[in-house]
Amino acid sequence: MPRITVTVDGITYEEDVEPRLLLVHLLRDRLGKTGTPVGCDTSNCGACTVMLDGRSVKSCSVLAVQADGCDVVTIEGLGAGGSMHPMQRAFHEEHALQCGYCTPGMVMAAIDLLRDDPDPSEEAIRHGLEGNLCRCTGYCNIVRAVRRGAQEMGQAVKTS
Amino acid sequence: MIPAQFDYVRPGSLAEACAELAADEDAKVLAGGQSLLPLLRLRLAYPSKLVDVGRLPELSGVHDRGDHVYIGAMTTHDEVIRSAVVTEGCPLLALATATVADPAVRHRGTLGGSLAHADPAGDLPAVVLALDGVLVAGSEEGEREIPAAEFFVDYLETALRPGEVLAGVKIPKLGPGWGFHYEKFHRTAQAWAIVGVAAAVRRADGAIAEARIGLTNMGATPLRAAAAESALRGAELGDQVRQACEMADEGTSPPADLHAQPDYRRHLARVLTRRAVLAAAGSP
Repeated sequence: MPRITVTVDGITYEEDVEPRLLLVHLLRDRLGKTGTPVGCDTSNCGACTVMLDGRSVKSCSVLAVQADGCDVVTIEGLGAGGSMHPMQRAFHEEHALQCGYCTPGMVMAAIDLLRDDPDPSEEAIRHGLEGNLCRCTGYCNIVRAVRRGAQEMGQAVKTS
Repeated sequence: MIPAQFDYVRPGSLAEACAELAADEDAKVLAGGQSLLPLLRLRLAYPSKLVDVGRLPELSGVHDRGDHVYIGAMTTHDEVIRSAVVTEGCPLLALATATVADPAVRHRGTLGGSLAHADPAGDLPAVVLALDGVLVAGSEEGEREIPAAEFFVDYLETALRPGEVLAGVKIPKLGPGWGFHYEKFHRTAQAWAIVGVAAAVRRADGAIAEARIGLTNMGATPLRAAAAESALRGAELGDQVRQACEMADEGTSPPADLHAQPDYRRHLARVLTRRAVLAAAGSP
């Protein structure tokens, strides 16, 4: 069984994994990172989106062995010192969720979008989140939250 | 679902990867995994072993080689879109790649993986075919070049032999005067193309001097709209172009599925070809 080394939310783990183990199952079942849900399991919905070496990926479409030597950030690794990440806070304040199942993936995809476009337009947000599906709130509040999160993150950068 | 069991190796070189594949006919190449992993999860494929070539440095990167652009097979879609060499040397590829799936998939999926998977509904095979790309296959014997027109053999089937790995793609640069457009028709974001049309058009004196048109999802392989291409030679923008594009579905055998029947796909091919040609000619 291959042994992998992977850093998840700042902690490095060594794990023996079956080659067929998906990254999302490593995160949830072995490391207890249940903040990352399994949604559609067919690469469509984006609920399981995490950062792999700084880029958004659908963790149901990555094998754990492919993450060997990589740095993973999940929704659980975003906040610091018990406080929410500005994007999480924006989702909360703009009521950008109802059941919340898609939220971890939405937040990760939104943060990834801001790497290229720190102040995205509504159209850019809708396009940038096309790989993430929400089946209850709809997208209006999500788009609003991403706009607000982007502004607060920009503000944080400017004042720090 | 959880995939069935398989072995996994991550060779340190292309030669090692080829040896692994040559030694086991049920082994399969793993690139970015964005097509293969869903197939494994749905248990539509049962490889004995995955040979992970995703990290081989010799298979990655974009290189300007004068008359053509060379793109390593493991270059991700995201890297293709961001490459200035691609956007300048073969902009049609960048345009089409930006429509592939969604950002997260484009971070993992690779150009070579998409071409070797040879799904006729994929956007990139038709583009490489339209641009007369040349696919470079590596094996224990060395490299072999395969023109795109001979590479796509049948549905999900390529001219790659057992023990060969797609190493990269050469895309000839088209000179000044060419315009490009990729017209994709799908009903939902991130969905596959119901039909897609890749067009490269050279204009001269208000007419079309030359057109190259690749069709996505109009048969078991990507196809060139050969009849429309010849009819477009010398066609003036306007009615002549419209008439020529009515031939875009000649020689195709589009599939029937939940999204469309063949006659609807033929209709789409004609309409989308007209749109793609006019947009590429700078006259939308």
